[in-house]
Amino acid sequence: MAIFSVYILNRAGGLIYHYDHYTPKSEIEKTFSYPLDIILGGDDKLEVIFGEGGGIKVGHALIAINGEPVVSRKLPDGRDVREILNNPDNYPISLKFGRLKLKTNERIMLASMFHPLFAIAAKLSPEHRSSGIEILEADSFKLHCFQSQTGLKFILLTDPKQLGTEGLLRKIYELYGDFALKNPFYSLDMPIRCELFDTNLQRALDQSEKTGLYSSNPSLS
Amino acid sequence: MTIYNLYIFDRNGTCLHYEEWNRTKLSEMSREQEFKLMYGMLYSIKSFVARISPFDSKDSFLSYTTSKYKLHFYETPTGLKLIMNTDVNTHNARETLYEIYSKIYVEYVVKNPLCKLDEPIESELFKTKLDGFIKGLPAYN
Repeated sequence: MAIFSVYILNRAGGLIYHYDHYTPKSEIEKTFSYPLDIILGGDDKLEVIFGEGGGIKVGHALIAINGEPVVSRKLPDGRDVREILNNPDNYPISLKFGRLKLKTNERIMLASMFHPLFAIAAKLSPEHRSSGIEILEADSFKLHCFQSQTGLKFILLTDPKQLGTEGLLRKIYELYGDFALKNPFYSLDMPIRCELFDTNLQRALDQSEKTGLYSSNPSLS
Repeated sequence: MTIYNLYIFDRNGTCLHYEEWNRTKLSEMSREQEFKLMYGMLYSIKSFVARISPFDSKDSFLSYTTSKYKLHFYETPTGLKLIMNTDVNTHNARETLYEIYSKIYVEYVVKNPLCKLDEPIESELFKTKLDGFIKGLPAYN
């Protein structure tokens, strides 16, 4: 059981808070000989587009060559990655692949992507007066969304088996009310930068992971 | 337990078949528009799930639940998408969707040389078989 991350969206679908509680690591380093048995492609970063094997998956990005980090298709000394990979003299070569962490901009985009999906799900409902997406299941994780009366969305990404997420989402709402809204330096709909909120949220997530349960405050439910 | 409706899309987003059983809320838009909206939503959900996922996922998106219904999604490697809306208490309809694909779509559409694969299905046999299959499910009613 694990809780991966927490996202908070404002009424307009803007991301006002995100926190990664646990990130599964997926980095693999392997030595290759010429020619490469995987095909790389992609726009600004190099990604595996064909040829899975030995833990390397399609969609993994090239992180490092012989221990030197790759940044936007270049090594720190400015050499182009493509040229290095195409030159047989550089082999055997050690390449490191892995899933890249989401950048803040990507997170903002994903948050504003979820906002209309939530609305469309309610619109396409075969029954009257349906809410938007509350739980979204994928094979490796589960997304829980709780929308407050004021339109804020609290999103939790967890392991599919995690229990007590409903109570935890309400607890996060309560924490938001206590430590973000009551903070005189916090302006509504803006990113949350409150230390007390951070620490209390972390504590709540840890507790929830340990016990698998969270007793929600009955006054909020 | 109820099954509301079923959509079958091909890999280009054409709605091959649509059928509804116990749907109470009729959509305020035309069928065509609804299909486009549904396909667009699924397409976005798929890319959303693939990007937000903390892992490398195999078959990514499975289902979502709202307060009133649950949408089950199954995609074959050829890009055929089956979508079924049921009530919230139906747990896993994946097997059902796979059966619809393997026992009904493949048998009565793919194996019928008169059925064009990228056009809405007109075969009456397919429609009656599908209707019979859905009505025989324990989740129906």
